[in-house]
Amino acid sequence: MQHGKYRFIVGFLALPLGLYALFVVWPFIQSIYYSFTDWTGLSPEFKMVGLDNYRRMLDDDVFWKSLQHSLMFAIVLPLVTIGLALFFAFMINVGGRRRKGGPVISGVRGSSFYKIVYFFPQVLSIAIVALLFNFAYNPDSGAINSFLRGIGLDGVQPLWLGDPDLALWCVMAVLVWSTVGFFVVLFSAGMASIPAELYEAALLDGANRATTFFRLTLPLLWDTVQSGWVYMGILALGAESFAVVQIMTTGPGGPDYSTTVMVLYVYQKAFRDGQAAYATTIGVALLIVTLAFAAVVLRLGRRERLEY
Amino acid sequence: MKTTETSAPLPADAGSGMSVTKAGPPSGKPPTAQKREGKVLNAFSHGILVIWAIMVVLPLLWAVMTSFKDDSSIFGSPWSLPDMLHFDNWTRAWTEADMSDYFLNTVLVVGGSLIGTLVLGSMAAYVLARFDFPGNRFIYYLFIGGMSFPIMLALVPLFYVVNNMGLLNTIHGLILVYIAYSLPFTVFFLTAFFRTLPTSVAEAAFVDGASHSRTFFQIMLPMAKPGLISVGIFNFLGQWNQYMLPTVLNTDPDKRVLTQGLVQLAVSQGYKGDWSGLFAGLVMAMLPVLAAYIVFQRQVVQGLTAGALK
Repeated sequence: MQHGKYRFIVGFLALPLGLYALFVVWPFIQSIYYSFTDWTGLSPEFKMVGLDNYRRMLDDDVFWKSLQHSLMFAIVLPLVTIGLALFFAFMINVGGRRRKGGPVISGVRGSSFYKIVYFFPQVLSIAIVALLFNFAYNPDSGAINSFLRGIGLDGVQPLWLGDPDLALWCVMAVLVWSTVGFFVVLFSAGMASIPAELYEAALLDGANRATTFFRLTLPLLWDTVQSGWVYMGILALGAESFAVVQIMTTGPGGPDYSTTVMVLYVYQKAFRDGQAAYATTIGVALLIVTLAFAAVVLRLGRRERLEY
Repeated sequence: MKTTETSAPLPADAGSGMSVTKAGPPSGKPPTAQKREGKVLNAFSHGILVIWAIMVVLPLLWAVMTSFKDDSSIFGSPWSLPDMLHFDNWTRAWTEADMSDYFLNTVLVVGGSLIGTLVLGSMAAYVLARFDFPGNRFIYYLFIGGMSFPIMLALVPLFYVVNNMGLLNTIHGLILVYIAYSLPFTVFFLTAFFRTLPTSVAEAAFVDGASHSRTFFQIMLPMAKPGLISVGIFNFLGQWNQYMLPTVLNTDPDKRVLTQGLVQLAVSQGYKGDWSGLFAGLVMAMLPVLAAYIVFQRQVVQGLTAGALK
């Protein structure tokens, strides 16, 4: 297989690698370089300013708020989403009533129906989901408050996205709503590959469902949970949180910076305020947070791989 | 893990069979108290599953219903059924609100990007999976690294790179960027896939005098079809639903893709006040994807979860 091998390799790699280098790798490197300049993005001239941008960032209250919110996204969102998804997946796959003559473990009735329905939001664009919930959250004519009025809770009419204390939670709830289904399906696939004998053995030993879940299912599923956690965290720090915050909140990022996340702040500094260099500085901070997040999850979650 | 190790009291000869047939609860019946507890738990867990299903479906049904109502009842009574089916919302959204243009732009961009992603991605992945050469690992990790980096960081300079090349606000420029940002996952997934394919067929073809590229296009690509379908669905949904890239790189109103167009529509409705038309647009954008999902349900789920299970 030697004949013309290198010509072939170069020929096949040139286009994909060139495109990737030009549109992805090169801008990343440039970004880090720009964070040490005073480039506005509007004119081609700029000069090196050393660490000025970083100093400014450390004094920037909005930056600290955005960091705080981004960390909330990265910690709370995966926790809630994966927790709910594990619960649903366990109920769907293992939680079924033991039927006479049937398998020892079984899913609830209609388990495939639940999996199909739960997955709906995953195929929709996060932009469309965000718009939809924007209407639902509307305090006067939105579906949620009108529902509350309908069941007699006239006194409970929150401003939702207009309330600085609530807005961030409203936005996060939308991301939970749209991603739980993905993890239910993912964990279901993992649970299906756990041999039924293990469940039989656990049941014979008198383990109840909670014990079975924590001592058997969760440890065997740990690898999937962990990679899901990293995946969700990266999404929550990046593209997904950008879309929901930018579309749903006033400002965007408001009220009173209560929902500004790092990725949105980068966008606003670069494309609204004409401070491209400062934007890349916040971007570098976001990069560090993302990598640190992945490293922490992988390190905390490390345990011996269980063979079965 | 103690629970699993201590006991395997089932007949050892049962061995391989997945025990579906022979299962039934063995001799000792569970005490009634436990049974009752089980029933309560069952009702409880089933109830929660039903509630979540309703929470998922209800907003979608609400959107469909609202798209048939007129503006005053949308605001006056969000939960009431439409007094009559206002199909004119849909026609208005399609023609006046430029939904038809957004659809066309999206189809063009996603069509071009999807083909490009699959062709370039499989070429790179094949070389990286099957050939030893200096720098192979480096290039592989360069691609993989793109999956975990925040894209927004690159978008600031990328805007000017694209602008300098005269590709800003063009369909083909957007296609190239979509391809570039889809490559990390595609290469990651297909490299793993090509590694699992047997080498013997390709070697035989090569011995028979087929060139490397001919072996790839005529032998390996057809063999890789299942992998290409999975990663194709993954990329199709990702690119169809893409919001961040076009928001930054595609600011010309005439070139807007669906997601952008809808968001812009929502902003401008603040002045025009055609909310019913906007809902019709939203549902219009939702339905094809949902319909495609229901039809190709198994493949979609496989495609979307394939990466995370690796």
